[in-house]
Amino acid sequence: MHIAEGYLPPLHAAAWTVAAAPFVVHGARAVVRRVREDPDSKLLLGAAGAFSFVLSALKIPSVTGSCSHPTGTGLGAVLFRPPVMALLGTIVLFFQAVLLAHGGLTTLGANVFSMAIVGPWVAYGVYRLTRKAGGGLGLGVFLAAALGDLATYCVTSVQLGLAFPDPVSGTGGAVVKFLSIFAVTQIPLAISEGLLTVLIVRLLVRVSPDDLARLGIRTRTSEEVAA
Amino acid sequence: MSRSTLVNWLLVAAVLVLVAVPVLFVNGAFEGADGQAEEAITQTHPDYEPWFSPIYEPPSGEIESGLFALQAAIGAGLLGYYFGVARTKRRLAARADQRTDGSDAP
Repeated sequence: MHIAEGYLPPLHAAAWTVAAAPFVVHGARAVVRRVREDPDSKLLLGAAGAFSFVLSALKIPSVTGSCSHPTGTGLGAVLFRPPVMALLGTIVLFFQAVLLAHGGLTTLGANVFSMAIVGPWVAYGVYRLTRKAGGGLGLGVFLAAALGDLATYCVTSVQLGLAFPDPVSGTGGAVVKFLSIFAVTQIPLAISEGLLTVLIVRLLVRVSPDDLARLGIRTRTSEEVAA
Repeated sequence: MSRSTLVNWLLVAAVLVLVAVPVLFVNGAFEGADGQAEEAITQTHPDYEPWFSPIYEPPSGEIESGLFALQAAIGAGLLGYYFGVARTKRRLAARADQRTDGSDAP
């Protein structure tokens, strides 16, 4: 989902940067507030960021015969709500843009918008809906992480489609073309990310149920609690 | 091995299968999807010139993969530190309570 440096026309690059900036500023304030009000959660916050650091560094082969990488933003979005991930995801993307020439500074806004904003919000929304519908913690976390991951790559496809409409089939055709590159490749990776995020949450339930309880994560479904 | 531990290992195994199946059964160059998107752009818009280039580019593929490994290592190290701290904290608290809760141990 990394749009390479210089690969968005200046107007698009500026527009996505303007769109992403308020979310990142809001996210930075959310992190500061969280750490001040609940210093005990600092370590888990770091771990959520670290999870995204690991997963977004792993280029994984897919069924399409190409490689892509997960995003790792679903975990933090479920645990700490999406604004926190807007900052943590931006840090990850900045590291990759500056040190790895992966993504870029001109395309940072667009990449932040897909990976650090839309992905986490989709993950959080899916998690809340699943839990409200009576789904368990594991199912909620799996769907959240997998669909948040997939949503990130769909946003990238739309961003590129808008910037580079197909000469014949227009913007719609271009979006479909980029989806065929990104989204199909991403499906098995999204499943992997869902499974790994479930694994981390299962370990959290075992070693730090107090942290989860403080963050308001119900480890059982409401029916089980009522029973 | 408890049922919970078994499920955790099955999750790891499922991810390994998902990663291994494409490598074993799909014929492909396994290049990055990001690079393929760049190619698709140059195909339909051959006159597009990237108007900004990376400030720093790793001088070789080896150094680049090293930096990626470093990124993963920093993340994994921090994650491992968290779980180590959390597990120790819980054990010490359990000991302080004079409880012998064997289900905590994996």
